[in-house]
Amino acid sequence: MPPVAQEPLIQISDVTFAYDRRPILTGINMVIPKGKVVAIMGVSGSGKTTLLRLMSGVVKPTRGEVRVAGALVSELGRDSLYQMRRRMGMLFQFGALFTDLSVFDNVAFQMREHTELPERMIRDLVMMKLHAVGLRGAHRLMPSELSGGMARRVALARAIALDPMLMMYDEPFTGLDPISLGVIANLIRRLNDALGATSIVVTHDVQEALDIVDYVYYLSDGRMVAHGTPEDMRASTDPLVRQFVYGEPDGPVPFQYPARDFAQDLKLTH
Amino acid sequence: MFNRSATLSVRNIGHHAVDIVWRLGYASRFFALTVASSGATFRRLQLLIRELYFTGVLSLIIILVSGLFVGMVLGLQGYHTLQTYGSESALGVLVALSLVRELGPVVAALLFASRAGSAMTAEIGLMKATEQLAAMEMMAVDPIARVVAPRFWAGVISMPLLAALFSAMGIFGGYLVGVVLIGVDEGSFWSQMQAAVDFRNDIMNGVIKSFVFGVAVTWISLFEGYDATPTAEGVSGATTRTVVTSSLAILGLDFLLTSFMFRGL
Repeated sequence: MPPVAQEPLIQISDVTFAYDRRPILTGINMVIPKGKVVAIMGVSGSGKTTLLRLMSGVVKPTRGEVRVAGALVSELGRDSLYQMRRRMGMLFQFGALFTDLSVFDNVAFQMREHTELPERMIRDLVMMKLHAVGLRGAHRLMPSELSGGMARRVALARAIALDPMLMMYDEPFTGLDPISLGVIANLIRRLNDALGATSIVVTHDVQEALDIVDYVYYLSDGRMVAHGTPEDMRASTDPLVRQFVYGEPDGPVPFQYPARDFAQDLKLTH
Repeated sequence: MFNRSATLSVRNIGHHAVDIVWRLGYASRFFALTVASSGATFRRLQLLIRELYFTGVLSLIIILVSGLFVGMVLGLQGYHTLQTYGSESALGVLVALSLVRELGPVVAALLFASRAGSAMTAEIGLMKATEQLAAMEMMAVDPIARVVAPRFWAGVISMPLLAALFSAMGIFGGYLVGVVLIGVDEGSFWSQMQAAVDFRNDIMNGVIKSFVFGVAVTWISLFEGYDATPTAEGVSGATTRTVVTSSLAILGLDFLLTSFMFRGL
């Protein structure tokens, strides 16, 4: 069910995806409306990142279709796919900054690759992007001189360099201290609204995400098991969602990896 | 029981063979794609110049110093052998021909593989492991055109130049030991060398060899990096494979090329 009756930016219909014969995603239906910040949540290994890879056309669905801005992603040729990606920004889990380029050159990378803008204008644009993430003063530093949180912010500035219509965040909160985490969460929301973009946040950091997103899709074992507004998720009685939202160690997602009987493993019984 | 293990081992051999052929095919497609995506490298020369600096200029020290020592050893060994036949005046010819035809291209390529090739593999492997290549792909920039192709051409251009410098340094080393240290006649050292070394048959063949080695080493290094398993262990394995495979490829190719080039001489 679409969260808001509005033209969707992304529409995923009945998508199934498998590596070799191992199913990763099964029967996924999703609608992401324009202008919203949507979270895709689930435990590690539930297929969240694969969904992002499907939307950006890195992999093709085994069955079903993925539409971005009306275009069927799996049928785009290489050139049109690259054309589409120019309007997408992606923040990788650990930033994925180019380690041989300075902060400034990292942010300027796409402008230099894709536009003919004069260097003076590129400088102004880079400074504006860096200012938006609070790191204008760090433009001369190399990625190795940045803390984890700063690197993530520079990567964010780089991702928004060409004012994308769609921002994708792959685990943006992983490994950050509480302050950096708050800064990134705040930036995701603010940048989305300022750019008039649409954002998808793949995460398992529940509380931070629930505070900033408009809608949540919850994945488990490659299936979409629940979706709703953050309030719906907090109030959910579904044991799977409750275990996840409140971080309970045991529940429908078991603490133990499947194994033989414990007593048998300790050779107490025969 | 025996039957089962025999079937298993035959199956393993089969798997292994298919794997090797598959990888060779993948490497060939990678090579073709690299060459086909080379336009940007020559349109944006600063990309190429940067890589020329890293692969070529930074390999200079090891190439020059090794060249000097190899030449000095050749001078010593050559002198002792030639002296037995009373033909020490041919020392210049021996040093120059050994270097220009064989040692220059081969040793320079071996050094290049361990200095620049391994660095390329490690760099590209780590770029893959830290998702830099994926990030580039997501920014609609083709990593083969932006990262691989400039390095490939830098390697191909640097290799013959480095081999030439290696040979030049070697000849100088041979001169130092033979003429300055031992006292072989300077005039006959240079004039016999000049008379015996043929531009097309010796020098050009050496250049062709080092060009072929340059293509092989750079291709292997880049492919190993690009194909590396994106973990610390994967990158270290790929770097080792680069040096081993490149060295074997250089020596094997050298035999092939030599047998074609010098069979009539």
